[in-house]
Amino acid sequence: MDSRRRDVLKAGGAVGVWSVLAAVGIAAPAQARDARNGGVFEAATLDDALRALGAQDAAESAAVRIAAPDVAEDGRAVTISVASDIPRTEQIVILIEENPYKVAASFRLSGAMAPAIQTRVKMARTTRVHALVKAEGRLFVARREVTVTVGGCGT
Amino acid sequence: MSAPTRIRATLRDGVTELRMLMSHPMENGLRKDAEGKLIPAHFITEVGVQRNGEIVLEADFGPSVSTNPYLAFSIAGGAPGDEIVVSWRDNLGGTRSDTIRVT
Repeated sequence: MDSRRRDVLKAGGAVGVWSVLAAVGIAAPAQARDARNGGVFEAATLDDALRALGAQDAAESAAVRIAAPDVAEDGRAVTISVASDIPRTEQIVILIEENPYKVAASFRLSGAMAPAIQTRVKMARTTRVHALVKAEGRLFVARREVTVTVGGCGT
Repeated sequence: MSAPTRIRATLRDGVTELRMLMSHPMENGLRKDAEGKLIPAHFITEVGVQRNGEIVLEADFGPSVSTNPYLAFSIAGGAPGDEIVVSWRDNLGGTRSDTIRVT
C-alpha cells in the first residue's frame, strides 16, 4: 500500500499530488488517513497512542535527541527538534503527552533526508514530549519535559 | 483558497536545507468561538515534499501541530535549479501545492 502511494505521489509531480490522489480514487481524506495510521491520530490517551504505534516496548535511547525549550512562554507554538543518531532511521513520531490528541506528527523519511526534523507544536499545559524513532523495524524513544507558562491547546 | 506555503531552500556544503511555513488554521475541533460554539476541526493531515519528482519526506499531522505549520530539515545533495514541491491536504479535503526552484 505504501509503495502504491509513493508511485501515485511520484506521478503527481508538480501538477498537485493530492488532486491526482483524489482523481485515482484514493479519495476521501478520512479514509486514506485511517487506513494509513490505524487510529494513531485519534488516540486520546498515551497508552492508546503507543499501542496504535506498536511502541509500548520502545527502547529508551540516548541516540534520539529532543531539542525544546525548558520553559515555553506560549503553548500555541513551541519549537521542537528531534534528531536521531540511529542508522537507517525511517520514521520519527512526536507525541505531546498532555494534549487532548497525543500524536502531533509522524514523519516518514526518505534515504536522502538527514534524520532530523524541526517543527512547532501546541502544548495545552506543562507536558512531556515523546520522540519515537523507527529504524529497521525497531522502535526507540526519548522523552523531555517542557514547562508551559500559558497553554495553547484552546478550550 | 489558502495562502501559499512559503518555502526556503538553501544549498550549503553539499546539503539542501529546507524550511517551509504552511498557511493553515490547524483547528483541533475543541476550541469555542466568542459565542461559545465549537469551532469545527480543520487541520492539515498530510504533507508531502518532493525534489525533482522524488519524495524526500512524507508527514502525517494531527491537530497538535501549531497554526501555520513549520517544518525544517535537510536533504543530501542538490543543485541550483532543483525543483522543490510542498503539498498538503487537510481533513476537509482542502489541498495546496507550491513549487520553488533551488537557487
